[in-house]
Amino acid sequence: MNWFTSLLTSTLGRKMIMALTGLFLVLFLVIHLIGNLQLLKSDGGNAFNVYAQFMGHNPLIQTVSIGNFAFILIHAIWALLLTLHNRRSRGEVGYAVSNNSSAWMSRSMGILGTLILIFLIVHLQGFWFQMKFGNVPFVTVDGKDVKDLYTVVDAAYQNIGFVALYVFSMCALGFHLWHGFASAFQTLGLNHLKYNPIIRFVGRAYAIIVPALFAIIPIWMYLN
Amino acid sequence: MKINLKIWRQKNKDTKGSFKSYALDNVSTDMSFLEMLDVLNHDLIHKGEESVAFDHDCREGICGMCSLYINGRPHGPQQTTTCQLHMRSFKDGETIVIEPWRAKAFPVIRDLVVDRTAFDRIQQAGGYVSVNTGGVPDANEIAISKKIADEAFDSAACIGCGACVAACKNASAMLFVSAKVSQLALLPQGKPERKERVEKMVAQMDAEDFGACTNTGACEAECPKGISLTNIARMNREYFSAITTSYEIELKGGD
Repeated sequence: MNWFTSLLTSTLGRKMIMALTGLFLVLFLVIHLIGNLQLLKSDGGNAFNVYAQFMGHNPLIQTVSIGNFAFILIHAIWALLLTLHNRRSRGEVGYAVSNNSSAWMSRSMGILGTLILIFLIVHLQGFWFQMKFGNVPFVTVDGKDVKDLYTVVDAAYQNIGFVALYVFSMCALGFHLWHGFASAFQTLGLNHLKYNPIIRFVGRAYAIIVPALFAIIPIWMYLN
Repeated sequence: MKINLKIWRQKNKDTKGSFKSYALDNVSTDMSFLEMLDVLNHDLIHKGEESVAFDHDCREGICGMCSLYINGRPHGPQQTTTCQLHMRSFKDGETIVIEPWRAKAFPVIRDLVVDRTAFDRIQQAGGYVSVNTGGVPDANEIAISKKIADEAFDSAACIGCGACVAACKNASAMLFVSAKVSQLALLPQGKPERKERVEKMVAQMDAEDFGACTNTGACEAECPKGISLTNIARMNREYFSAITTSYEIELKGGD
């Protein structure tokens, strides 16, 4: 087998792909969050609409976003391949009694990931698809016509069920990141006594702060 | 003390197994777990029944031969080998469930005995240093720092019992393979074959159908020799740098 194919198909290589795509998506979340926090400004959605217009038209952002979608797909597909492989490896007969001594989230990455994927489909259909292909009315900000995504978001967040789905999904994301962040570094071999505590701390802080800030937005907009 | 046992009985690789219950009345708390099984087998033979097959050898916790998934944990409730586990770790009247290691790469041969030769084949693929002919070098010629020597020794403490595979939800052998890769990669004697070794051992590990690591840490928690997850990170590092920079080698595995 060619060395590159064996790198991509070996269990270690597949894990490496999970780690690299995962870390890219971690970076993406921060960028996305910074933009979304514009929703909390009380300027009638102007700042958010300008940001949405920029994200939808800047050629660099558009190129990166293709990569982003590709990485989400690769992360999900490789996870499925690995999970099927791991199930097969376990064999046909399972244990009658099992007292697992590992953390719950580390064992539930597949389920948490599936919840996040379902959320992503709902999320993209609700906003991204509307922005790209739907009939979003225009508003004028600083003499420029921009799509009024703010009103679409605001309307969506008046639905308590929708807000609940967002908050629930952000909890799933938090648990996923709690294990995933540090796990990605371990998989890439980036394990060192000097840096392990920092990686663990940053990963756990990230897993709490980022999903919490994401979840605050719909709650805030629902209450106001 | 009195104990009840639920033991997995299976005639051979091709037949289906099932649990069978046994009761023992006169178990001493000072008995090792394996001695308790010896008593059971003694009774069974006297009754003209088939004895329970289980692996054991040194009974000193260093050979890696004993196994057993006891009450849902490899080697039972203590972080030690089954031979070093004593009956005082159990309560009077307790029901103890004993199962074989479960993994596709570790098929059950009989009762509680599984075929662990997959580990041997991984070792044979590259877990060695070639010793070429020539004069014996002076013992102090190659300087090794104490820290590195200790680290290599910690990795070398792996006895290859397979508890890591048994504990892992993915039946991954990465703790074992990484310990074997590490003990040699850390030392100067292991350096010449360093890249080839990790590539070949990982290829063989995959060919044996072990699962992939999801960093749950269950293996580390159950390892009777305290092999740490740091070894897995080291193996990943070794593997990625080897496969991207080594001369191309022929990967075998699978036979």
